[in-house]
Amino acid sequence: MDIERGSGDMNPKRLEAGSVIDGFTLDQPLPPGGMASFWRVSRPGTDMPLLMKIPLMRRGEDPITIVGFEVEQMILARLTGPHVPRFVAAGDFEQPYIVMEFIAGRSVKSFLDKTPLPPAQVADIGARIAFALHDLHRQHVIHLDLKPSNVILRDDGEAVLIDFGLSRHDQLPDLVAEEFDDPVGTGPYVAPEQVLRDRGDSRSDIFALGVILYFLATGERPFGEPQRAAEWRRRLWRDPVPPRRRNGKIPPWLQEIILHCLEVDPGERYATAAQLAFDLQHPEQVVLTARAERRERDAWPTVLMRRLRTPKRLPPRRRTLSGLLAGAPIVMAAIDLAPEGAELREALAVAVRRVLTTSPGARLACVNVLKTSRIMVDPETDAQGRNLHLQRLIELKHWTRALPVAAERVTYHVIEGVDPATALVDYARHTRIDHIVIGARGSSPMRRLLGSVSAKVVAEAPCTVTVVRLRENPGVAAPA
Amino acid sequence: MRIALMSDVHGNREAFAACLEHAAENGVERYVFLGDYAGYGADPGWVIDTVGDHVDRGAVALLGNHDAAVLGTSAGMNEIAAEAIDWTRAQVNEGQRRFLAGLPLAVEDDERLYVHSSAFEPDAWHYVTDLYAASRSLMATQAHATFCGHTHVPALFHMSRTGKFASFDPVERVEIPLTPQRRWLAVLGSVGQPRDRDPAACYAILDDATSALTYMRVPYDIERAARKILEAGLPAVLAARLFDGY
Repeated sequence: MDIERGSGDMNPKRLEAGSVIDGFTLDQPLPPGGMASFWRVSRPGTDMPLLMKIPLMRRGEDPITIVGFEVEQMILARLTGPHVPRFVAAGDFEQPYIVMEFIAGRSVKSFLDKTPLPPAQVADIGARIAFALHDLHRQHVIHLDLKPSNVILRDDGEAVLIDFGLSRHDQLPDLVAEEFDDPVGTGPYVAPEQVLRDRGDSRSDIFALGVILYFLATGERPFGEPQRAAEWRRRLWRDPVPPRRRNGKIPPWLQEIILHCLEVDPGERYATAAQLAFDLQHPEQVVLTARAERRERDAWPTVLMRRLRTPKRLPPRRRTLSGLLAGAPIVMAAIDLAPEGAELREALAVAVRRVLTTSPGARLACVNVLKTSRIMVDPETDAQGRNLHLQRLIELKHWTRALPVAAERVTYHVIEGVDPATALVDYARHTRIDHIVIGARGSSPMRRLLGSVSAKVVAEAPCTVTVVRLRENPGVAAPA
Repeated sequence: MRIALMSDVHGNREAFAACLEHAAENGVERYVFLGDYAGYGADPGWVIDTVGDHVDRGAVALLGNHDAAVLGTSAGMNEIAAEAIDWTRAQVNEGQRRFLAGLPLAVEDDERLYVHSSAFEPDAWHYVTDLYAASRSLMATQAHATFCGHTHVPALFHMSRTGKFASFDPVERVEIPLTPQRRWLAVLGSVGQPRDRDPAACYAILDDATSALTYMRVPYDIERAARKILEAGLPAVLAARLFDGY
């Protein structure tokens, strides 16, 4: 949030190390932020390292501090999972505060003085932030103030999002929108629709992540550092300098991803943070469009036309985060390429077609497991000398030819594993697959004894699984 | 403690019984009834007796405008509502009338205010359907949270310390923290005759320890409630509208 650092702390009590607030002992002050001071605190019986955030109340009770604090108390208390600090307690009247988990790690801000970072590192950091965002969006919350200083990478690498003072929970009253007539946010990162006062779109966070990726990859901010909200509007018509123009070492796939995030129309961006993470994890599979090759900013007549067409306000839209996410799942088709499975593969295609037809924003990941042996070094070529990986990719592509999905939404993956079910489940977990469609070969006593791949996937998958099975021939009794 | 807040039952026994059962299953220990037990539905007597039983066990009950009309006159009501009141008057016994006559217009409870229509002139039966009406009510009380019914449409209004008013459409089963930094006005919707195009009965649960308010929707046997309205000879539209929730 861009506001003047205030002087004149109006907090009623002078806080010092050793002070106790509601059972929490203040141990050590940390560097203050623009709107709050921070203390490491402890409480008997709580092992987790704790942080206390105390709003800086200035003269005349700055509404952005008060409302931001109220919103953060409201939202943080109901968030869970590894990508947010755990909420512990909050106090209100005498001494307002929030106590939460202290996150040990490194702020993404600390990477900024080493920019430009290598593309692989940009993608790695970006994917971690995207996973954290997706987890937040699944919990009905849009951050709306995503920036490097609000992301901490834990020591184990997981990204943690902090500072929910401007956030929006789409099932709770939006106290920020109701308090302020002007758009709020942080100048370099705020999304075009936020400038137009739409606070209901999770893709605003994807835009802000695009700004972070641009910054990490080039060392420059795509829209500079506009201070006044009136200057924020410029990004509605003025496109940024293409990243590769600023840094020739940026590969086309990374420029494609960054500019895809920075589209002015949210409908042109990635539909979900999980889909963005998927691309960042699979650079070789990113389908390159004109974005990847862009070398110059748009010419002034184009920019002028865009400026003239830019609306002052957006018409009110009714949508929910869960609706946005549900419309854009990542669907994984687990495909067995064994020659005898042709009929089952056709049935699988029918089932996948059904899923894709009902979710137009879906992405499809076609996955085949190349079974490896525990002991031997596996041959990479078959008897005819063909490269096994390549051959399987060709067959996967052939399988999708009749499916109703655009080429840029399909990816193909041959993964290796000793146990196919484990390999599939691990892959689904790692890439945040929403829906697995898998075939089951007929049931036989032997199969039941050994356990089938599909049964194990159903048992262990982190998401919905559809199992496709060929109908038994009529008249043939099922085995007793 | 979990407190159930129920308003505008309007003689709908099926909806009321379903909500009471739902509340009991959800750990409710205290009940507040915000008025309009009679009018429209076919079972005013049963509803009033049930509310009376709860009051004997410590529940709060308020007077609604339809209850007042049963006791007095139906002047000022529309034709259909007046017809239902005339029918209801003949159904209600002397004990039930005495119970209604003893009910208050508003009750203060800790930092909460319960009132059937609006904290602004409670006896004038104003409808809180928009921001202006909500602001009149919010300005008329010092209570941190006001709970009312009367409109049959669930809504949540709030006022910040800087005097900004806003409204919100509550989402069922989502806990809304009534934060201490602002003042709140919760309109509870209707148990017995919802009018927000969702036919399920509507009520809310307040957890007074966390100040979290949760709106609930409870499906009930609409066919049965509607059939009884028709069999009683009440206006047919009163049966039909239950299916639409409007």
